[in-house]
Amino acid sequence: MSEQGTIIKVSGPLVVAKGMKNAKMYEVVNVSEQKLVGEVIELNGDEASIQVYEETSGVGPGEPVYLTGQTLSVELGPGLLESIYDGIQRPLALIEEQSGSFIGRGISVPGIDRKKKWDFKAVVETGVAVNEGDVIGEVQETTLISHKIMVPAGMSGKITEVHSGSKVVEDIVAVIKDKDGHEHKITMLQKWPIRIPRKDAGKRVPIEPMITGTRILDTLFPLAKGGAGCIPGPFGAGKTVTQQTIAKYCNAQIIVYVGCGERGNEMTDVLMEFPELKDPNTGEPLMKRTVLIANTSNMPVAAREASVYTGITIAEYYRDMGYSVALMADSTSRWAEAMREMSGRLEEMPGEEGYPAYLGSRTAGFYERAGVVKCLGSDDRVGSLTVIGAVSPPGGDLSEPVTQNTLRVTKVFWGLDATLARRRHFPAINWLSSYTLYNDNVANHWKKEIAEDSTNLRKDAMKILQEESKLEEIVRLVGMDALSPKERLVMETAKSIREDFLFQNAFDKIDVYTSLKKQYWMLKCIMTIYYAGQDVVEKEDFDFNDLKKLSVMEKIVKVKDIKDGKWDEFEKLEQEISKSIKSLK
Amino acid sequence: MQKEYKSVTSIAGPLMVVEGVEDIKYEELVEIKVPGEEGVRLGKVLEASEGKALVQLFDSPQGAKTEGSKARFLGETMKLGVSADMLGRVFDGSGKPIDGRPEIIPEKRLDIAGQAINPYSRDYPDDFFQTGISTIDALNTLVRGQKLPIFSGSGLPHNRLAAQIARQAKVKDGSDFAVIFAAMGVTFEEAEFFKSEFEKTGAIEKAVLFLNTADDPVVERIAIPRLALTAAEYLAYEKDMHVLVVLTDLTNYAEALREVSAARKEVPGRRGYPGYLYTDLATIYERAGRIKGRNGSITQIPILTMPEDDITHPIPDLTGYITEGQIVMSRALHRKGIYPPADVLPSLSRLKDKGIGEGKTRADHSGVMNQLYAAYARGNDVRELAIILGEAALDEIDQAYMKFAEAFEDKFIRQDEHEDRDIEESLRLGWELLKILPKSELKRVKEEYIEKYLK
Repeated sequence: MSEQGTIIKVSGPLVVAKGMKNAKMYEVVNVSEQKLVGEVIELNGDEASIQVYEETSGVGPGEPVYLTGQTLSVELGPGLLESIYDGIQRPLALIEEQSGSFIGRGISVPGIDRKKKWDFKAVVETGVAVNEGDVIGEVQETTLISHKIMVPAGMSGKITEVHSGSKVVEDIVAVIKDKDGHEHKITMLQKWPIRIPRKDAGKRVPIEPMITGTRILDTLFPLAKGGAGCIPGPFGAGKTVTQQTIAKYCNAQIIVYVGCGERGNEMTDVLMEFPELKDPNTGEPLMKRTVLIANTSNMPVAAREASVYTGITIAEYYRDMGYSVALMADSTSRWAEAMREMSGRLEEMPGEEGYPAYLGSRTAGFYERAGVVKCLGSDDRVGSLTVIGAVSPPGGDLSEPVTQNTLRVTKVFWGLDATLARRRHFPAINWLSSYTLYNDNVANHWKKEIAEDSTNLRKDAMKILQEESKLEEIVRLVGMDALSPKERLVMETAKSIREDFLFQNAFDKIDVYTSLKKQYWMLKCIMTIYYAGQDVVEKEDFDFNDLKKLSVMEKIVKVKDIKDGKWDEFEKLEQEISKSIKSLK
Repeated sequence: MQKEYKSVTSIAGPLMVVEGVEDIKYEELVEIKVPGEEGVRLGKVLEASEGKALVQLFDSPQGAKTEGSKARFLGETMKLGVSADMLGRVFDGSGKPIDGRPEIIPEKRLDIAGQAINPYSRDYPDDFFQTGISTIDALNTLVRGQKLPIFSGSGLPHNRLAAQIARQAKVKDGSDFAVIFAAMGVTFEEAEFFKSEFEKTGAIEKAVLFLNTADDPVVERIAIPRLALTAAEYLAYEKDMHVLVVLTDLTNYAEALREVSAARKEVPGRRGYPGYLYTDLATIYERAGRIKGRNGSITQIPILTMPEDDITHPIPDLTGYITEGQIVMSRALHRKGIYPPADVLPSLSRLKDKGIGEGKTRADHSGVMNQLYAAYARGNDVRELAIILGEAALDEIDQAYMKFAEAFEDKFIRQDEHEDRDIEESLRLGWELLKILPKSELKRVKEEYIEKYLK
């Protein structure tokens, strides 16, 4: 801590200091006597530009800047789950203890509780040779998750000591002697710099679908575990509700939820709701598998920039244990804006709309940290990290730089639509503009686990929705009566797909989650109208209203009420639809 | 230890550079003494460099000189003296009273920038807040601790609506209640309207007014919402009051921000507004809320005029991303002579579901709300259809919907400026209108409520 520089300029979150010869890029520094947390982002001779993660009013030239020698890192170890952090991994509960209901300055609190005891169970014995990433012991972190303590990256050798028992995170749990004879003490606590992706032993192609229980997502636009997706949409279209619904119900084992520059009350909602909600897959409170990072829009802007990196590093850490992890970032536009603000203060040459020219590479770098990986270590664990980023394009205009840069690197696009939201069709995901590139990846899973014809069903449904949009224009001009019975059949089926399948109420306890198999059966019943109607509508003098009047049509409206698992009821309904439509003359 | 410098080297717009300075702090206050003038002008440090300070003046730079001007650095950031005696008073953009009465004796001096509420310490807003306006109370319910802006346009009666809300606002349990009203860059007439409106109705007793008219210094416009919110935080969290903060007009605020940003030669974002407009607006809006363990709350109704009625303009757009919904004013309704011209369809209160229902308003509220909303939406569609096909082509049900839409606008949306409808009355009116529709169409309300209320 002896190294220090002197401030020569303060401009909002940007501080410039001289006498910083020994500073490194991305080193953490403490600014002024108040010890505000900052990070070196530019070096120029012995001058360093520092982005400060706290309010800088009252700081002035002449005050000291202390070097710490560390790059901005997160602490990793048992105790991450169920935590609520700010953008630079300070637990909000501890901040409250220190400074009350409002966030004060210069608060230094550890990211992981040093006093809590964990029951460490060694899984290796002394004398065993271990490599980086090998699991040496386990801790039951929550009722859901067994936390694996791994050999830190870059280390290998023989275990000379290993101690099971009740430990705090800083206790030594093992000692490794490397080939040069040096001894390394291993604790449950590790650190990792947030801007560097954690090491893995190679990426793999994602093939398993990420099941969210939201019908339009799972059936029409599936995301694979280990993939990257984005949800752009104007305000009020339901980005946050969609993100939260996925966070609550998706089948990832660990959820990292980053509230980046969003509303305070919304985060409060998450904070209050998650501990109460039960995970549909395990029945345990959702919080047991969740890490929350809350950096609301009025919290310092630089910490917002760091928050997504903090989140993804924690997510990667659990991925390395072999878990499937999902990271939600709401919203990446705020992250990009934070970058723009810092870039402006650094007086960098701006790119599009004032965003820095490196916006594209930073965005790509972030989303590329998603993936299915073979983890380090000799036990062939496979972990996955799925990233879902919300984007808030100004005015809903998707041509703006953040959306465009995001689309270049994500393979799934769930486009929210203000018009649908205004019609109260939720989730307001536009089925015409959205897309996914994972269809082929996950097709096998659907075929094997659900049904052979599921892929075709999806294709036909998409085709009908597409046709509907064309026919709608005709209807608008000349009315429904001008359509042929065949076209009306398309319209009728499409309407049913929209209203009875795609529409889903995120606030209804049962409707909010639909299993893949139920999704399949629901869509199959609806599509039967189309399949069975094909021949009938070709008949001469066919009156389409006859079909509409069929009593079975009423039952289709209620198809979502058939309980999960009652596949015979679905089958019965399907046959009934088929029979009654075919019996028409 | 305050130092005085005579080294003002340049003045550009509201910005001034002072050189040769030592020991200055970012955001500290500066007093500028211009030769031949009585009193001082106030400014704050926008950028503190070694030996050089960039100062932003709160007053107009008119008549300021580089030669002979003295700058004194006060060593503290901008503070507002607060006290419960502020109720009933009128202040300007620098916190001085302008109602001809003496200055208040502050109990405390608070930094106007405030601090961010720890999300962990927030309490979720879920208590009903009655404005006495049907379109808000029944359909886009406001709850305590929410921020719900009004998106308006020039020439629309948003000021009358704001004054009406400020007059009528009530919390149902009768707790202590106050209104803080901040006007930024409004015209003299508007300012007078607000003042007299508050005085006439006696609402001023429970209100604090901050006024900055269009000819007042631009920079005060940036300070005024912060003054208002600092006073609000004091009343809410230390005096246990439920405070409603009405801010008008945020468009003027953003313009002021742009003006200063341009003077600083910053890289502009969309439409010339600074890139940090979102963050800046958030530091205002996010000061609404409730805190665990404290009785008071801050509810905000910011009002902004959308340039060219364009909701995608950066000001309403960024506002919409921060606030919890919006009430949109419609020029079409205004032309029809309907007051308040609140367009129900694009309006939304994100927190309404938590603040209504049994124990908060009434058990049937949610159902009635959805039914009215759906029926009006359908009615509107039918009206459009009728334009193309002619009314005669509509079937019976569609005609009923059309009739409903007309009646809804005429009876439910329309309301007298001095008519204070409580929630019971608004809901009663809603049921009254639903009678127009065939009973079979009422799918969103539960059968038991239909029996109870549809008489």
